[in-house]
Amino acid sequence: MNLRTGLWAAGLGLAAVIAASSAGAQTPKRGGTLTYMISADASPSFDGHRETTFATVHAVAPYYSVLIRVPPGNPASTTEFVCDLCTEMAKPADGGKTYTFKIRPDVKWHDGSKLTAKDVAATWNKIVFPPKGLTSARVSYYSMVEKIEAPDDTTVVFRLKYPSAAFIPALADPFTWIYKKETLDKDPHWYEKNIMGSGPFKFVSYAIGQSIKGVRNPDYYHKGQPYLDAIEGIFAAKQSVRVDAIRGDRAAIEFRGMPPSARDELVKEAGKDIFVQDSDWNCGNIITANHKKKPFDDVRVRRALALAIDQWKGAPALSKIAIVRSVGGIVFPGSPLAATKEELQQMVGYWPDIEKARAEARRLLKEAGAENLKFELINRNVDQPYKFVGTWLIGEWKKIGVTVEQKVVPTGPWFQAMRGGTFDVVVDANCQSVVNPALDTSKYLPQTVYPESYGGYDDPKSVELYNKMLYETDPKAQRVAMRAYEKHTLDTMAHAIITPYWYRIVPARSYVKGWKISPSHYLNQDLANIWLDK
Amino acid sequence: MTIVAPNRAAVAGLVEELPERKRSLAGVALNFCRRQPLGTFGLAIVVIMFAAGISAEWIAPYDPEENDFSAMMEAPSWAHVLGTDQLGRDIFSRLVYGARTALIVGFSAAFMGGAIGLVLGVSSAYFGGWFDLLFQRVLDVLMAFPLIILALAVVAVFGTGVFNVILAITIPLIPRCGRVVRASALAVREIPYVDAARALGFGHARIVLRHMVPNVVAPFLIMLSAFVGQAILAEASLSYLGLGVQEPVPAWGLMLQGGAEEYATTAPWIAVFPGLAIMLTVLGISLFGDSLRDAIDPKLRDR
Repeated sequence: MNLRTGLWAAGLGLAAVIAASSAGAQTPKRGGTLTYMISADASPSFDGHRETTFATVHAVAPYYSVLIRVPPGNPASTTEFVCDLCTEMAKPADGGKTYTFKIRPDVKWHDGSKLTAKDVAATWNKIVFPPKGLTSARVSYYSMVEKIEAPDDTTVVFRLKYPSAAFIPALADPFTWIYKKETLDKDPHWYEKNIMGSGPFKFVSYAIGQSIKGVRNPDYYHKGQPYLDAIEGIFAAKQSVRVDAIRGDRAAIEFRGMPPSARDELVKEAGKDIFVQDSDWNCGNIITANHKKKPFDDVRVRRALALAIDQWKGAPALSKIAIVRSVGGIVFPGSPLAATKEELQQMVGYWPDIEKARAEARRLLKEAGAENLKFELINRNVDQPYKFVGTWLIGEWKKIGVTVEQKVVPTGPWFQAMRGGTFDVVVDANCQSVVNPALDTSKYLPQTVYPESYGGYDDPKSVELYNKMLYETDPKAQRVAMRAYEKHTLDTMAHAIITPYWYRIVPARSYVKGWKISPSHYLNQDLANIWLDK
Repeated sequence: MTIVAPNRAAVAGLVEELPERKRSLAGVALNFCRRQPLGTFGLAIVVIMFAAGISAEWIAPYDPEENDFSAMMEAPSWAHVLGTDQLGRDIFSRLVYGARTALIVGFSAAFMGGAIGLVLGVSSAYFGGWFDLLFQRVLDVLMAFPLIILALAVVAVFGTGVFNVILAITIPLIPRCGRVVRASALAVREIPYVDAARALGFGHARIVLRHMVPNVVAPFLIMLSAFVGQAILAEASLSYLGLGVQEPVPAWGLMLQGGAEEYATTAPWIAVFPGLAIMLTVLGISLFGDSLRDAIDPKLRDR
């Protein structure tokens, strides 16, 4: 008996020691400098409200706070949002038309002054109602907002024109950095060239196109964070440079994402010293035909182009060489509003029987008098995944007798061709941050409603279906409305072809802890929760 | 002192007694092979490349543009003698069809650049004066840029695609040809028959094209052979930089670009074979060009 008790005790003791030691291993360690790669030449400006590129977020986000955000411990969640500057998430009032946030009283700007609700309200007014001469890149996200007020130093109130399930996700946009009201009042352009926030790190220096450096903010309001003493972001547009930096441990991580070949190379060479995180990405390439050009004004031709593509076979194969993976419709596959596989297979471009689909495509082309169709595919001069997707599609279209010449152009002319409507068919992209399907899918509306829709079509039915979905607050009914809008966009009118969604692969040195991957390279980039297990 | 007129009949007799120097084409070729073994090797490579490009449809076992996801990045085997690329396309088939792209771009650019440079260079020497001065300064400006940099600038302006790549490579070759040809033509201009042609009232175009151009053809041909190699290399460089012909068109530089950076360690055959094709072709053309110069140049011919 004593022996048995002794063994039990010993076993329990051992288990406790193991548990304690493993828990200890996961206790964040303080100190060290995180050197990370930024896969861009430079940040176009420091103003997050104005910019749309990850190059700005990855370089500057650690120096700022936001009102709310995706949970840093679970950034992959598509439905959960938590406070950064507020004390608790606001509950909708007034029939879903009023949201009141209480602001933390213990937040200091990096210059030592106190951050108040007035700063938060001034920032959000700049974002939602930008003064003349200022650019607010995502102003369309906030079309439901009527007024933003700060009745006192700790309260911010958002009043909406109509209740919208899209509001809270839009509020968690990672570009909505809080700026100081006093500075904005003096010069609203000041933040384009300067950095002064209240985030986990204080800005130290910036060498154009080379690096950006910061040090720990000792007054940070999330107690205990950040864990790092300093951070340094290194700009390097070339992939081989970034891979070499991580391989040689001159940098620990690159947050945007790398192709499978780079991951395999790093894992093969560095083994357990490399830790890889991956996730579906709220980004995708859209194939848009110019509805103003013949024969693409004919829905039969557009449907034929969609029918030729074998998404189900192409996606897994492409995922071995390119940063794409999941087949999806207009909604990010990880969202509750996304179509299931069975629902997708009801639409052109997703038929499970590819031979039947291609026979139908040939029939449609013949019926439309476009049997020997030839056209030019405009693509962006970016390898991953644009050129891979473009080349794959050309092969698929060849199988229904369509001849396509790919014209790869730099980013400027690519935008120019889309905006000027000078293309036959273009490989466009839809890249979003917070998963917010109600807003993310506005890309498929006519250009008269959504300026960055380039198909050149006018479709009142599409707007009607979208609005029905947008104003719907019941999740089940909204999902039904989304299916109707999706079916109309991809099948009935074939306004666009959605290629497999991007897949984010982030290899890092194994000693980088605390950071978790999200479905967007814009999210979870303040680096406050990262620590180095060295 | 009495000047005695030459006895025409005696001179004619002497000429008739000279040995027959004319040889058949086969004889010339055999003589070239015997005297220039390296040049012959180079010529053989060029001929093989020509043959491959022309008969690509019959040689290539697969469609060079067809993706085969069941055979991605396969190592060389009996099914795919040079392996497959990242999209499962047969590398041998793409190399064979790529020879066609290289030939079209290389020869078109070299011939167009050479022909334009030839006419302009001879014209510049013939007319002289302000035309020559102005033309030479334009050439100075163009020659200040390395070939690939000027080609990059042209592609940046006109865009990518086979025709624009030919144009991009042609433009930098014009001044290179024009400068050399002008130097030869300056000497030809001073020969009395040019004055005689002028005295007979021939037009400028006839004098330049019928009387001067044929007399600078020897250095021009040598230069042309070098231009073909340069043009093929430039096409491969532009394609490697993503500014030449575009996927899925098979082109050696493009194949190299797709494989060199991402798959150098995991599937090296993707980059190695197009690299070898470029190297061998340019080597072949250079060897042939050098030997051609040796064969044509009377000073080097008998060494």
